[in-house]
Amino acid sequence: MNKSIQFDAAGRLRHFLTIDGLNRGLLVRIMDVAESFSSVTEQQVKKVPLLRGKTIVNLFFENSTRTRNTFELAAKRLSADVLNVNIATSATSKGESLLDTIRNIEAMHVDMFVVRHEASGAAHFIARHVAPHISVVNAGDGSHSHPTQAMLDMFTIRQCKGDFSKLKVAIVGDILHSRVARSEILALNTLGTAEVRVVAPRTLLPADAAGLGVKVFHDLDQGLSGVDVIIMLRLQKERMSGAFLPSEHEYFTYFGLTGERLAKANPNAIVMHPGPINRGVEIDSRVADGPQSVILQQVGNGIAVRMAVMSMVLGGYGMANVGVAS
Amino acid sequence: MVDFQLSVEKMLDRLYAGLVAEITRRELHDPLMIGIHTGGGWIAEKLHNRLGLHDPLGLLNISFYRDDFSQIGIHPRVLPSNLPFRVEGRDIILIDDVLYTGRTIRAALNEIFDYGRPAQIVLGVLIERDGRQIPVQADCIGGRIDLGPDEKIKLSGPDPLALSIHCS
Repeated sequence: MNKSIQFDAAGRLRHFLTIDGLNRGLLVRIMDVAESFSSVTEQQVKKVPLLRGKTIVNLFFENSTRTRNTFELAAKRLSADVLNVNIATSATSKGESLLDTIRNIEAMHVDMFVVRHEASGAAHFIARHVAPHISVVNAGDGSHSHPTQAMLDMFTIRQCKGDFSKLKVAIVGDILHSRVARSEILALNTLGTAEVRVVAPRTLLPADAAGLGVKVFHDLDQGLSGVDVIIMLRLQKERMSGAFLPSEHEYFTYFGLTGERLAKANPNAIVMHPGPINRGVEIDSRVADGPQSVILQQVGNGIAVRMAVMSMVLGGYGMANVGVAS
Repeated sequence: MVDFQLSVEKMLDRLYAGLVAEITRRELHDPLMIGIHTGGGWIAEKLHNRLGLHDPLGLLNISFYRDDFSQIGIHPRVLPSNLPFRVEGRDIILIDDVLYTGRTIRAALNEIFDYGRPAQIVLGVLIERDGRQIPVQADCIGGRIDLGPDEKIKLSGPDPLALSIHCS
């Protein structure tokens, strides 16, 4: 896919579609800007006027609760107007093509599309076809990419653990179908993480897993040994078209995160999950709700990180040519 | 940079005296002080101690309230505003280093009102210059200067505080 499409001719971030092709400086900058927005929630009026007069369209072709809500709240906290297009009741469901849907909404003088789609590459496709003044933010495309989720996870890790160069991070579960895992691996490696591990049964790993710059484990106890951060992934049953697992019960037996297994990690390890959680499938409730869990902190951080991405994309970010990987 | 230096100490004395008089004249009750990041924060720190105010000093970063966001984009590292008190119903002394176009003060007022509705706001600046673009005036000033269209006045600090004039 064309990575440079994310930048305009002056090197400013125009679309936010994938972590691939972004350099460490830009990822750090996104986290810094997100940090700056932390005081907004303390205000009586929980918004700043940065995107006043801008219209942001949430175009979700796939179900979402957290992501859509936090994008909407982030846009509103930046004072943008938000249009949520309900695809189920829109003309798309009556046979209108994706491009026709885009063209029609474009005619309403909007400034940004936040796109979630079940097809990998959908956000890139839309970014290639929108009018020059419109930006596109990828809110998840198929099994390909979910860059804002990756950035809010990086932001949460930085808040809890600081320096990435000293961290061992394990991503556990359905790596094969996970756009979050792909984006996180890219982001963790770009940020210089000491060791990135993936832990999964062979059926839920992509064939080229080792080529992603990770250590591969098929045994959870070994994979968790000595790690500082554990990122649990949801079993993406909706993307499984074949027999990947004998049963959910068996999956939990071998790959579910219990208190006993958590004890294999460093004592201060944090437990993350992008949600929604399948309790008793990939994670035990006592761990999900336990003292090492930062799952709800991730949700709150989603707003700040999405505010950062939207404000940087719609306002440039003052410096050109610093974001592209060299 | 032009070889020119203004006495910040004298201006601080004048600003302090002006604020003391204004607190009496406007009958400010137990006022809060807020400095605008960065220069206004340095000036406010000096005045806050001298005026013996009870509440801690507040610091306002108006980056998210600037009216030129669409031209210059977002600053990569914005120190969050820190107002360690409730502003609702309070009297506030707002401090900045240089009053020029008035746009910074407009942004600061907008941000303060997003934290609550103060009773009164008094504006004190170390120095005001010509070139106002919107109807904003200071209540108390430490000094005044007229500059050419290519000249800019800048406060460096925090220790020592010094004003200098630069030609662009």
